Amino acid sequence: MQRIGDSPRVRRVLVGLAIFFSALFLLLPLVAIFAQAFAEGLEMFWANLSDEYTLAAIGLTLFVAALTIPVNLVFGVFLAWLVTRFAFPGRRLLQTLIDIPFAVSPVVAGLVYLLLYGRNGWIGGWLDSHDIQIMFAWPGIVLVTIFVTCPFVARELIPLMQAQGAREEEAAVTLGASGWTVFRRVTLPNIKWALLYGVILTNARAVGEFGAVSVVSGSIRGETNTLPLHVELLYQDYNTVGAFTAAALLALIALFTLAAKAFLEWRATRRENAA
Amino acid sequence: MSIRLENVAKTFGRNTALEPLVLDIAEGELVGLLGPSGSGKTTLLRIIAGLEQADSGTIRFGDRDVTRMHVRDRRIGFVFQHYALFRHMSVFDNVAFGLTALPRRTRPSSGDIRARVHRLLEMVRLEEFANRYPAQLSGGQQQRVSLARALALKPDVLLLDEPFGALDAKVRQDLRRWLRHLHDELNFTSVFVTHDQEEALELSDRVVVMSNGRIEQIDDPDTLYRQPANRFVFEFLGDVNRLEGTIRNGTLTCGDARLSVDLDDGPHELLLRPHELKLSESASNHAHLPVTVTAVSPVGAEVRVELEADWLAEPWMATVRHADFERLTIKRGQRLFVTPRRWHRFEDSAAHRSRASLIS
Amino acid sequence: MNRIASLTAASPKRVLPGFGLSLGVTLLFISLVLLLPLTSLVGQLSGLSLAEYWAIITEGRVVASYLVTIGAAAVAALFNALFGLLMAWVLVRYEFPGKRLLDALMDLPFALPTAVAGITLATLYSSNGWMGQLLAPLGFEVAYTWVGIALAMGFTSIPFVVRTVQPVLEDMPGEVDEAALTLGASDAMAFRRVILPHLWPALVTGTGLAFVRSLGEFGAVIFIAGNMPYETEITSLMIFVKLQEYDYVGASAIASVVLAVSLLLLLVLNLWQGRFIRRLHGGKG
Repeated sequence: MQRIGDSPRVRRVLVGLAIFFSALFLLLPLVAIFAQAFAEGLEMFWANLSDEYTLAAIGLTLFVAALTIPVNLVFGVFLAWLVTRFAFPGRRLLQTLIDIPFAVSPVVAGLVYLLLYGRNGWIGGWLDSHDIQIMFAWPGIVLVTIFVTCPFVARELIPLMQAQGAREEEAAVTLGASGWTVFRRVTLPNIKWALLYGVILTNARAVGEFGAVSVVSGSIRGETNTLPLHVELLYQDYNTVGAFTAAALLALIALFTLAAKAFLEWRATRRENAA
Repeated sequence: MSIRLENVAKTFGRNTALEPLVLDIAEGELVGLLGPSGSGKTTLLRIIAGLEQADSGTIRFGDRDVTRMHVRDRRIGFVFQHYALFRHMSVFDNVAFGLTALPRRTRPSSGDIRARVHRLLEMVRLEEFANRYPAQLSGGQQQRVSLARALALKPDVLLLDEPFGALDAKVRQDLRRWLRHLHDELNFTSVFVTHDQEEALELSDRVVVMSNGRIEQIDDPDTLYRQPANRFVFEFLGDVNRLEGTIRNGTLTCGDARLSVDLDDGPHELLLRPHELKLSESASNHAHLPVTVTAVSPVGAEVRVELEADWLAEPWMATVRHADFERLTIKRGQRLFVTPRRWHRFEDSAAHRSRASLIS
Repeated sequence: MNRIASLTAASPKRVLPGFGLSLGVTLLFISLVLLLPLTSLVGQLSGLSLAEYWAIITEGRVVASYLVTIGAAAVAALFNALFGLLMAWVLVRYEFPGKRLLDALMDLPFALPTAVAGITLATLYSSNGWMGQLLAPLGFEVAYTWVGIALAMGFTSIPFVVRTVQPVLEDMPGEVDEAALTLGASDAMAFRRVILPHLWPALVTGTGLAFVRSLGEFGAVIFIAGNMPYETEITSLMIFVKLQEYDYVGASAIASVVLAVSLLLLLVLNLWQGRFIRRLHGGKG
């Protein structure tokens, strides 16, 4: 078959350029993270890792992710069900609204939460008088993280559920299944892998969010310092190796996310080819 | 421009797409490549175009050897099954593409291009659609644009890959007739691929029947239909009814069916075309083939009648004229007798000997 | 809940269950998590007169930050348009060892936390970093200049163009290439006149998204930016600095500009894309 650009020379040049630039802009930074983290040897790496404040930051980060994921999971599934299984006025608007967190700068996201829940804010004032603190405490971090990561699950589900259509669910309803049964026995098996990837993406972003969290956290060491904030703190303290040790942990999560995506895609194409 | 293929062969990995073949196409001829899917007809067309490279053999256009020539230098026009129009370009720009892609020294002036494109659009009867986009046209219109685009560069050879395959029956008919006229008018050499025997027989000067990467027969439609070279060609060109039985002393028997035939003793299989079956209310001297009508469908000029019998493994199909249909008042469930006007027989051996016989 | 009930009642033909429940949950979530916080921005700004608002958002240092941000984001987006097109082309059209790995690597900037990207790039390109050492003798300074800002923005938005162009290129039938070639077009001509226009909507959308993302980028940029007022200070950092100074009104005013520009760009992008797609897939006009 003749295709444009399939002469060996063009092909070698383009593949060469692609690999060169990808290595320079993507691979090199990735390598640098781990090189810096282990710059002073494995022992130092472990010492940095088992530092009291680093452990606290890891704990808080996992805690925030653990709260964020179920909330966005439930919301994402409901939204996807709503916009792919029903036609109603305002459906497109809903789909546009859900993309707002992608368009909003993380600092602006943090700011609007600060305005709302801060001491001078609409709700914050009332909360303050009841001695409930949200800003500069973990609830604030959780809230902005939910904001920033809310589109991911829905974004993964909507195209898939749209492509699959509602026939199978309608068939289940005609067979007398209840709503929950339809979802659990028909919908869920079809969307579980997309759902899983949505969760993995949500997790990656929740664990790594920096801008929005730095606005609402107050960065109190050992208390409201998440892992990305801890990276910044160590870096500003000129503890480069320490900063990169924490960064390497985050990079591992990123690599896991990429591997999960590659695996799920490989699985999907394999099933397509089998069909 | 004549086309001459010598010993052209092609394999894809371990699959043989084309066994070494020889094909001569005369200047101004319209040739159909006919075969089932996987027969290698499209591969052959794409090799002529230069979209695929043959593993061996030579291809000549006139006295030009084009075997190693890139597709863009072969001066061919190619019409794709799914039109392959550039969807971001207007109809005008699509047709003009080949002209505007010429190197500057050979490119006509923009005025000339405009005039030529409008002439082409006139020819395909789409002048008023020049500014439309492909998505705004029907399938038949898109295929005409595609044809005008392929003809814009005045190619030596026009190649069409299942040009009407994606269109519905009525549009196909019209386009077929129209392409034939166009061909007779402009007299370019054309090769087209089809899996539809009716299309091949109606449109072509000569038909190349292919199966399994081999050419089975090359002939004009009439010869092809009347003197098929082998059983494959016979079966591919039309519906076939089978009669299997044992012959003894010039009579074939199969259950309570009997037919007088002039063949040696032993088991035999005869093939019969639907229009070669005569239906009547009584058996004749040399044929006693009792059947029951199971379905009747009056389509077009003829009535198709489905017939079953105990002695038949699979039902037969007979086509009868409306006059006969009315005379016999054929109804479902009716019992009739078949008298074959003609039958065919092919030896199973590779010798491809065929025999056809007229009865009475 | 009345409204939900009436919506449900108005369409008795819905076959599948759960319309009311999913609409309720979705609306509640979107109101509380997305819309309510955004209205607080309006509340904060309502205390300002137009003149005061104008004065804040046109202050010299702020305007300088707009220019730095827009300039660097434009460079980053342009780089990504070229690089993304190259990557999409190579990943779709060619087979070579390591292709799957390269494909997976494209998503790294989305998966890697921005702060990690920030300190890594800053370390790599600082004068004693791996890249900085190479570039310094050539007279290139990347860290703590606007080039560094563009680099960080470019890094974080790499996937946008690749991932929007890639599927379109994959879906492009091989016949389109062949049609151009049978009509005598050279590779370069066929790419420019047939393939590029085919990819154009995806390319523009991807580049636009990369630009919008770069405008708001914070974590990756601040480490490498140097953050010198008037020179290497981005708008997101301006907002952050105002907040640190408890100047919520100033921060809100600038944030409203950033927000309005981002949303407007997305809207324009959507409308443009809609028009383009209508033309390619039918409809009159």
